[in-house]
Amino acid sequence: MNLENMNEIKAFAAKIRIATIEAIHAIGQGHIGGALSIADVLAVLYGREMRYDPKNPKWPDRDKLVTSKGHAGPAVYGTLALLGFFPYEELKTMNRPGTNLPSHTDRNKTPGVDMTTGSLGQGTSLAAGLALGDKLKGRPSRTFLIVGDGESNEGQCWEAFAFAAAKKLGNLVVLLDWNKRQLDGYTDDVLPMGDYVKKFEAFGFDTVKVNGNDVEELAAALERTRKGGDKPYAIVMDTVKGAGVPEVAEKKMNHSLPVNDEQYERWTAQLRAEAEAWEG
Amino acid sequence: MKIVYDGTLDPRQCKAVLGETIPAMAAEDPDVIYLDADLMNCIGTAKWAAENPDRAINCGIAEANMIGVASGLAAAGFKPIVHTFGPFASRRCFDQVFLSAGYAKNDITIIGTDPGVTATLNGGTHMPFEDVGIYRTLPGATVIDVTDPTMLISVLRQCKDRPGVKYIRVGRKQYARVYADGSELPIGKAVTLREGTDVVIFAVGIMIHEALQAAIELEKEGISAAVVDMFTIKPLDVEAVEAWAKKTGAVVVAENHNRNGGLYSAVSEVLAQRCPTPAEVVAVEDEYGEVGPQSYLQEHFGLTAAHVAEAARAVVKRK
Ligand SMILES: Cc1ncc(C[n+]2csc(CCOP(=O)(O)OP(=O)(O)O)c2C)c(N)n1
Repeated sequence: MNLENMNEIKAFAAKIRIATIEAIHAIGQGHIGGALSIADVLAVLYGREMRYDPKNPKWPDRDKLVTSKGHAGPAVYGTLALLGFFPYEELKTMNRPGTNLPSHTDRNKTPGVDMTTGSLGQGTSLAAGLALGDKLKGRPSRTFLIVGDGESNEGQCWEAFAFAAAKKLGNLVVLLDWNKRQLDGYTDDVLPMGDYVKKFEAFGFDTVKVNGNDVEELAAALERTRKGGDKPYAIVMDTVKGAGVPEVAEKKMNHSLPVNDEQYERWTAQLRAEAEAWEG
Repeated sequence: MKIVYDGTLDPRQCKAVLGETIPAMAAEDPDVIYLDADLMNCIGTAKWAAENPDRAINCGIAEANMIGVASGLAAAGFKPIVHTFGPFASRRCFDQVFLSAGYAKNDITIIGTDPGVTATLNGGTHMPFEDVGIYRTLPGATVIDVTDPTMLISVLRQCKDRPGVKYIRVGRKQYARVYADGSELPIGKAVTLREGTDVVIFAVGIMIHEALQAAIELEKEGISAAVVDMFTIKPLDVEAVEAWAKKTGAVVVAENHNRNGGLYSAVSEVLAQRCPTPAEVVAVEDEYGEVGPQSYLQEHFGLTAAHVAEAARAVVKRK
């Protein structure tokens, strides 16, 4: 997909949110907060930044996405379904017996999912390995790594970041979803992580901070990373957990929530209207 | 101790029991300290923890660090109770458990919730079929697969002052009620839930209910099956294994775990050395977990009463 027009990307993000809610509503509950907060970055990544082929999901030279916060699977599935990696209707099978869409992303189950994650922290090293492997193989591929702020409590993340900088992985882009909340509530109450920009800079990353629910800021920050080079990139995305659905965003504990029929109708109708408005 | 099994569910969810028992133990003993890794909301301790920041420590999503900190707290004179989901309470932090807690003799109690198929919609990454096997290799450890809420309270209280590393695996939801409220279940002592003469079923956790249901079915076919609760997988009640094997001459082991490394392995080790006896197993056949509702997963991995009954018929034929 090659969406140069930002309004189209905004519409795509709204559709990703609809698809996310579709999957969660079908099973009745799910990790809605952390899925909605990354809808905008998924829209920019798959709308204009990444190279991939829905007909050939294992194309070795593709760009790769590692959703290390694997519980955001519903948003990834929504995106991939919209792009035709698998039928949209399949979203309704999420978490059902025998599904190809388990709650946490799985590279062996879902066409278009590049890595298996779910045990927080592990995706960071996997992404570093993918980026190093592509570099050693001489591929043009880049690896995009979405990490949760709660997830960044895991020491493994910082081992992977140190490794990525040491090995000069300029083909790796870390997207930190700084939505200020984790499972037990506010990250500052659970385990404050301090200043991510300073941390990433100290670790040797080319670092910027953006509004992670603003596709224009995301697009500009991602465009910068195309030049590669000797440093891995970090984009600290200032986001809202539950972004795009005010009722979810306003609920303090919104990690995993039930979605009933009435909410489903109302939220998706609102998002559909937004998508149509952006498409003009 | 009184057995009150009639196939119905205990009304209490185990997460609620944890959410009450841990604060109660902390109130009674100033050395009890509780640590969690961003899963307080999953066992109902969050509110109490917020009010008691010196007794309840949220370590964030950093399980290996949490085990190290708990071990240090033990060295400082505390009696730590640590919680996270089963996979993160075992695989994710086992070197820290082994050395910082076990080898260094820093005694801690570790609760791993959602064992095996009880992890349901969290899927394969969250579904430990190997935690018992991992913990059984830890010298001096106590390894418990909980039967019902009453047992959970009893073993948690015993673990507090018990030496060594204690690992308790327990689902957060409801279990069939087996023991009368207030029953004490001494760690290390198997409990005979049903007498029988043709075959003995050693079971743990959610498989207790399945085994008792299987025994009812088997009785209709003329097979008399004993059911024994082997909730302490380590140290195993070796005498009970030997006595029942000799009495019935046929053994079935039923567990919500990989057939490798868990109760079946533990029982087989005893049988091989003390009284070779035909045995069959009802467990996960060396597979990874997957997502789905518990009823589907029990069927899929072969963990139902029908599977237990089938194993019993097969082993009786081998006598
Ligand atoms: C190693 C590990 N520990 C615990 C969990 C359970 N868990 C799943 S999501 C989550 C909170 C994640 O917070 P964050 O990374 O900030 O994600 P977001 O808030 O964006 O959803 C926890 C504790 C896990 N999946 N993996």
